Amino acid sequence: MRATLAGGNTEVRVLMTHPMTTAQSGQPLHFIQNITVKLNGGVVIEAEVSQAVSRNPVFSFRLKGGAKGDKVEVAWLDNKGESNQIETAVA
Amino acid sequence: MNRLRRTLLGTLAAWLAKPLSVLAAWNESAFGAKTPQDALKGIGAANPAPSKDIVIDAPQIAENGAVVPIEITSNIPGTTSLAVVLEKNPFPLAARFEFKEGSLPHVKLNVKMAETADVRVVAAAGGRHYSATREVKVTIGGCGG
Repeated sequence: MRATLAGGNTEVRVLMTHPMTTAQSGQPLHFIQNITVKLNGGVVIEAEVSQAVSRNPVFSFRLKGGAKGDKVEVAWLDNKGESNQIETAVA
Repeated sequence: MNRLRRTLLGTLAAWLAKPLSVLAAWNESAFGAKTPQDALKGIGAANPAPSKDIVIDAPQIAENGAVVPIEITSNIPGTTSLAVVLEKNPFPLAARFEFKEGSLPHVKLNVKMAETADVRVVAAAGGRHYSATREVKVTIGGCGG
């Protein structure tokens, strides 16, 4: 995950390692359902997604303002209850 | 009694072990909808008004339907959410983003598209819904992933 200042805002680019298998693939349905983005501990974006998101999802988000060293956290939860959380500092 | 107590404690422990950082609300009826109309109803946006202030950046032709990059931005003041509906996918609703104070209504993501279709983006602002579409031609469908 990268969080960089650009044009007065913070661009967050996050990669999640996940199979994101669909019901059509013949494999067990396994996909991320919820994503939460936090800036300095406060929730700024909440997302619900489906199996239509590509394998190993990459998302870019834009946060208002921000300063070097601010803490950005991204957490996800999938349909099997597995979850992960990553954090970085704004550079 | 002891067994009941143990079961209850076990349940409580399992619940406490769940990460509280992600709220597990997932709109099953909207994501399970099989038509774009039902997906829109599911997110409470049955009749969105057309808007030119929603920008959808996507390739005209996607050779690989498994990875179609889509960049969406709402320039409608007060936008609080953006939803992506892939109109010819088996389950059209692909994602819905809620933007709280501190974020801007802009997202870039990769999606799977079954076939050539309109990508519809629905924005909520001031209690109303707006939408725009953009067609993406898909050479090889990508829902088998």
